[in-house]
Amino acid sequence: MELTNEYIKNRIIEKFGDAASGFEEPYGMLSFEVPKELNLRMLQFLYDDPELRFQFLTDLQAIHYPDNPGRELAVVYHVHNMKDNVRLRFKVFASIETPDVFTATQLYACANWMERETYDFFGVNFVGHPNLKRILNVDEMDYFPLRKEYPLEEQTRLDKDDEMFGR
Amino acid sequence: MAEEVLQNTIEQNIKLPEGSIEKTTTTLNLGPTHPATHGVFQNILEVDGERVLSAEPTVGYIHRAFEKIAERRPLYQITPLTDRLNYCSAPINNLGWHMTCEKLLHIETPKRVDYLRVIIMELARITDHLICNSVIGVDAGALSVFLYVMQYRELVYEIYEEICGARLTTNIGRIGGFERNFSAAAWEKLERFLKDFPKALKEFEDLLQRNRIFIDRTVGAGPISAERALNYGFTGPNLRAAGVDYDVRVHTPYSSYQDFEFNIPVGTTGDVYDRWLVRNQEMWESLKIIRQAYEKIQQFKGKEAEVYHADVPEFYLPPKDKVYTTIEALIWHFKIIMGETNIPVGEVYHCVEGANGELGFYLISDGGRSPYRLHFRRPCFIYYQAYPELVKGAMLADAVIILSSLNLIAGEMDA
Repeated sequence: MELTNEYIKNRIIEKFGDAASGFEEPYGMLSFEVPKELNLRMLQFLYDDPELRFQFLTDLQAIHYPDNPGRELAVVYHVHNMKDNVRLRFKVFASIETPDVFTATQLYACANWMERETYDFFGVNFVGHPNLKRILNVDEMDYFPLRKEYPLEEQTRLDKDDEMFGR
Repeated sequence: MAEEVLQNTIEQNIKLPEGSIEKTTTTLNLGPTHPATHGVFQNILEVDGERVLSAEPTVGYIHRAFEKIAERRPLYQITPLTDRLNYCSAPINNLGWHMTCEKLLHIETPKRVDYLRVIIMELARITDHLICNSVIGVDAGALSVFLYVMQYRELVYEIYEEICGARLTTNIGRIGGFERNFSAAAWEKLERFLKDFPKALKEFEDLLQRNRIFIDRTVGAGPISAERALNYGFTGPNLRAAGVDYDVRVHTPYSSYQDFEFNIPVGTTGDVYDRWLVRNQEMWESLKIIRQAYEKIQQFKGKEAEVYHADVPEFYLPPKDKVYTTIEALIWHFKIIMGETNIPVGEVYHCVEGANGELGFYLISDGGRSPYRLHFRRPCFIYYQAYPELVKGAMLADAVIILSSLNLIAGEMDA
């Protein structure tokens, strides 16, 4: 039997009820969101279920939505069922004041560095992570650079002395 | 003895880490600028004699914040950033990025463009595997193979040069296709490559594949089981060497890979030797794909044989002579160069089979001129985490050869 997005969606609703919401299929990939407390249960369910078998964590990263009070940080999980070749993504939202999300390192060894990277750039605090420290930036850094409050420098600004650069 | 040394350090006011005199093992700093690491990788190894007890990799030495920069760039200006990820096979990154944009913008590329792209991507795969495999040879003590195959990488770089003008950081192609058709010189060089390279590859293979020294050095070095490899997020040749036949080109064909006949080589033990064999066999398969693509392209006749891009005036730069003579082309040219074209709202994940694994682009657009957020799934950043597990209990010399067999590219890892 083919594993369709519709079927996966029904299975998830059957298991999690209203907790899983916001189902969409942008560009064919099933996407939804769950409360941040349920992220591990969702990953575990997708991993263990004999039909769903989403046993490969493709990617894990965060997005910052500053205009989304209480839900500023979204952590996105991409999981992959290699046997049936189906991918899906789900998001959990956390507020920027308490960006605590449970770590997936117990289930996926590869989540370790992905979570460290997410922490490094967005400050998501992965509860239970064995070694949550900065990975690409210097240890002394005291802010989270991919958050939207740190815009890149305006390319057209005039208050800088650019004589040396020919601008 | 230990007390005496300890006393000396106290007298001379030298601060040593706690327990560093009493302990019987050695802490060894491998990298970040050691020639044997082939890139900026630092590993703090704990060794007992020559046996590695543990390793702690440090990454980020050449982090350049591409994901942040990409948030302020129009799509076409992000292509040069992708060059600098896996710089051993930059065209795969470039074309993977263009395909991501095309997916977001719902652009259908003509078949001929797909086949041209396949040729470029497979050439890039060959160059990448050549580097990696010959460097494994170097780390096992055979320098000549490395120098020998570089001639053929040079030939591939000349082909790139004919197509896009650049060699290493290629910035090849555009959204929708290529900036120009392949020139006669490019085809000629490709034919020469297809004629000469198989002989060289055979020789390269003969020098190492059944070489007693090479086998002794590589068999059983850094093995990993299929379960652990999947758990560690391995993709690409490293995963296939562990026995999982996962290849994006077959699982989720892009750029018309479904039109080609090729095999996916898999290994069994996931050790250095298997990784070497898988890459070696993949080069033969890539040659097969290039030949098929070449033949398919020869079959296009008349107007079809001139097609090298899709018709997307919003994103594909018009030819220069049109810009100077027609107003539409001038407007499009201006809008594209100034990055004034809005991109549709959307969320897209697209992946291609990079030379060292699944290279993914996760692009979120909120409808502005540049991505709201762009994330690169860099395969070697993810699987490098397994390194401490791979080298545990290995000899120090094996730690180096395992490092090079993973095909780690610092530029990609640090993004």
